Amino acid sequence: MNAPQPMTLKPQPMLSGTQGAAVNRARWLRNALPAFSLIVLLGTIFIMQPRAMSYMGMNLMLNLAVPIALATIAQMLIITVNDLDLSLGSFISFVACVAATLLNDHPLLGSLALLGCIGVYALLGALIHIRQLPAIVVTLGMSFIWVGGAVLLLPAPGGSAPQWLQALVKIKTPLLPFAVVVCVLLAIAVHLFLMRSTWGVVLRGAGGNPLAIAKAGWSLLRIKVTLYAMAGSFGVLSGLFLVGLTTSADANMALRYTLLSIAGVILGGGEFTGGRVSPIGAVLGALTLVLAGSLLSFIRISPDWQIGAQGAILILVLALRTAVNRLEVRPA
Amino acid sequence: MTMTPAPLVDLKGVGKHFGAVRALNEVDLSCQAGECLGLIGHNGAGKSTLMHILAGTLRADCGVLLMGGEDVRHGYSVQVARQHGIRCVFQELSLCPNLTVAENTRLMCPGLRGFGWRRKAGALIVASLDSIFPGHGINPADVVADLPIGQRQMVEIARAFTCVDEHLALVILDEPTSSLDARVAEQLLGYVRHYVESGGCVVLISHILGEMLATCDRIAVMSDGCVVDVRAARAFTHATLVESMGTVTRSQGEHYEFVSKRGSAQPVVNQRPARQQNGQTVAAWPGEIVGLAGLAGQGQSQLLVQLLRERIASGKRVALVAGDRQTDGVFSLWSIAENITISSLAALKRGALIDPQAEQAMAAEWQARMGIRTPDMNQPILSLSGGNQQKALFARALGSDSDLILMDDPMRGVDVGTKREVYAIIKEEAARGRTFIWYTTELEELDHCDHIYVFRSGQAVADVPRNELSEAQILRSSFQEEVA
Repeated sequence: MNAPQPMTLKPQPMLSGTQGAAVNRARWLRNALPAFSLIVLLGTIFIMQPRAMSYMGMNLMLNLAVPIALATIAQMLIITVNDLDLSLGSFISFVACVAATLLNDHPLLGSLALLGCIGVYALLGALIHIRQLPAIVVTLGMSFIWVGGAVLLLPAPGGSAPQWLQALVKIKTPLLPFAVVVCVLLAIAVHLFLMRSTWGVVLRGAGGNPLAIAKAGWSLLRIKVTLYAMAGSFGVLSGLFLVGLTTSADANMALRYTLLSIAGVILGGGEFTGGRVSPIGAVLGALTLVLAGSLLSFIRISPDWQIGAQGAILILVLALRTAVNRLEVRPA
Repeated sequence: MTMTPAPLVDLKGVGKHFGAVRALNEVDLSCQAGECLGLIGHNGAGKSTLMHILAGTLRADCGVLLMGGEDVRHGYSVQVARQHGIRCVFQELSLCPNLTVAENTRLMCPGLRGFGWRRKAGALIVASLDSIFPGHGINPADVVADLPIGQRQMVEIARAFTCVDEHLALVILDEPTSSLDARVAEQLLGYVRHYVESGGCVVLISHILGEMLATCDRIAVMSDGCVVDVRAARAFTHATLVESMGTVTRSQGEHYEFVSKRGSAQPVVNQRPARQQNGQTVAAWPGEIVGLAGLAGQGQSQLLVQLLRERIASGKRVALVAGDRQTDGVFSLWSIAENITISSLAALKRGALIDPQAEQAMAAEWQARMGIRTPDMNQPILSLSGGNQQKALFARALGSDSDLILMDDPMRGVDVGTKREVYAIIKEEAARGRTFIWYTTELEELDHCDHIYVFRSGQAVADVPRNELSEAQILRSSFQEEVA
């Protein structure tokens, strides 16, 4: 969507040792910010409501965090190549509807439909790359298609999630609630893939300087298709997890995930352009958003005001981030 | 692949067109293992295009690309170039700013894989940096965006010389020293000699004559998409090198008496370029056409922007004709008429609103004067050809009431016929007392100027009236004589 800017050849003063250290400190601060916001939020919740600090309490609070975390990872993969997926929420709703109808009644057909969904995502990536279309426009269009498909499958809320899925999401793990375990595993797995592996380097490089990647002989088409297909896969997982928790589906059940996932990526230290993303940050960002909702319930803010208050928390964290970024830019 | 004593790379009759522009015309060039080939020429001579073809990022339209005696032009790509051991450091940096130095190294070396690849890549790039730029102070875990431009360039160069399980035969360095300081540039050129003597091959492109003469074994001079001269570097001197670059034949038909417009009254403009270190200013008198010459990107556009800002800040009238139409020229969704009248709206108002009749009248007047070829001025601007769009931009500037008109290389990619028409109008307007400041990368256009300033590294280094103008002098001032 955004054409990458070529690096400008501005003569810059050489960084002296102290300035280099300042840059490192600012970078460390920025990376620590998502974790810091989450800890502050959790601390506040525990002080307000000590009973939340238990296996049961955490489980209740973080129950819905896993689908949001999965959606955030999906969105982050798209943002890696400077695109944005505005259809993610409707896609997850569609997947939930497929799971509550087709997958339940005809497991084989349902699985094929879900695989087909991933294929559609891969094709979208190819389409966006080959025709050089703005991803926002393509995905906005797709969002209506997904919602339409979901309404066709489930004109009224209903359906039923497969039993195995319901059982899967209710697994009781020792020590830590299942949701926490899944989030930690998710963050570590995606981090290892995207930030530490050689494939991840190429994928992120395509966000930083696509021309350089092409000149080095990598196929941008394959990179985009890979990332979109992976985003589709995480979207499918998110939808399955969600319908497992709610046991029935609704064509509009996950529409707000589109914006939540974008907010999660940004809260987690990611940026819209330049391939600067952080999987661990994205998961932390998703958890922060979920807990912000719980905190507002605990301090008895009426649901009418909750969305606004959630927005205020978002603005607060982003303002902090901007302040940290400024620290980085300012010559020491 | 067997290494034969035949040339490593042999280009025969290579041609390349971009639309109607012929960038390369029947170029023959070869390079041997164990030599450093220099490539020199004015902007737009085709050096970078030729190197892009060699590196596989552009395709040649015709000709033969022989590597080790075998034609590889069909199906040539970046991968094939790499298989033949060709690496390129392009003028525009090709590092990913969001990745670390080690990760950027890995992008070029698919051979690095498996557990601990990051450490291996780091060791590899540091070893390469150490051997080329001792005392570089770069950590492989540094993120490239945090490095100053000079260090980025060092990483980029060092990366081209690393290899894992691949053979490295030819490294193309396209203006590698432009963002390096003198000491580091010297380290690099020393390493190039060392590498060449150990059997490698380097193609070096630079605008600094001293370093070309000192480093290269052979120098090929390009001009207008052709290789016009290839000699051993020893056979060249500063003077002969400059001379052979300027072999463009020009018709000097319309040479009339030069009358300086200086001396009377006050200059309209007297501006010191921002990076100028001495007291030299760029001045323009009423009715004068002032040319800004030199290689592209030497601070000419910055001077125009600086002038524009100061004039606007002090409330004086000024108009700019943009060269980069798509980015800072046309309003692509507006009609031709709207594009022309935008800078004269104050004169077209009736009350608080724009008078549509006055707008149409102005558009019709300028259509006639500039000869804009369209049946209807209310059609979208993008329905025009590039040359006619540029005419509309000229009409916008000339139609305003500004007496100073800045032109930022406005004839880029404009056909000859249109150029002639516009030159005539510029002269006509100058005769009426308007002042023009004209940045151009085309030497012929300087013939239309009354006074020329040559720019190098952000500074005006030469100040010549037209009667003293010679191409050799412009070239001499544009290319640095010695390593600074």
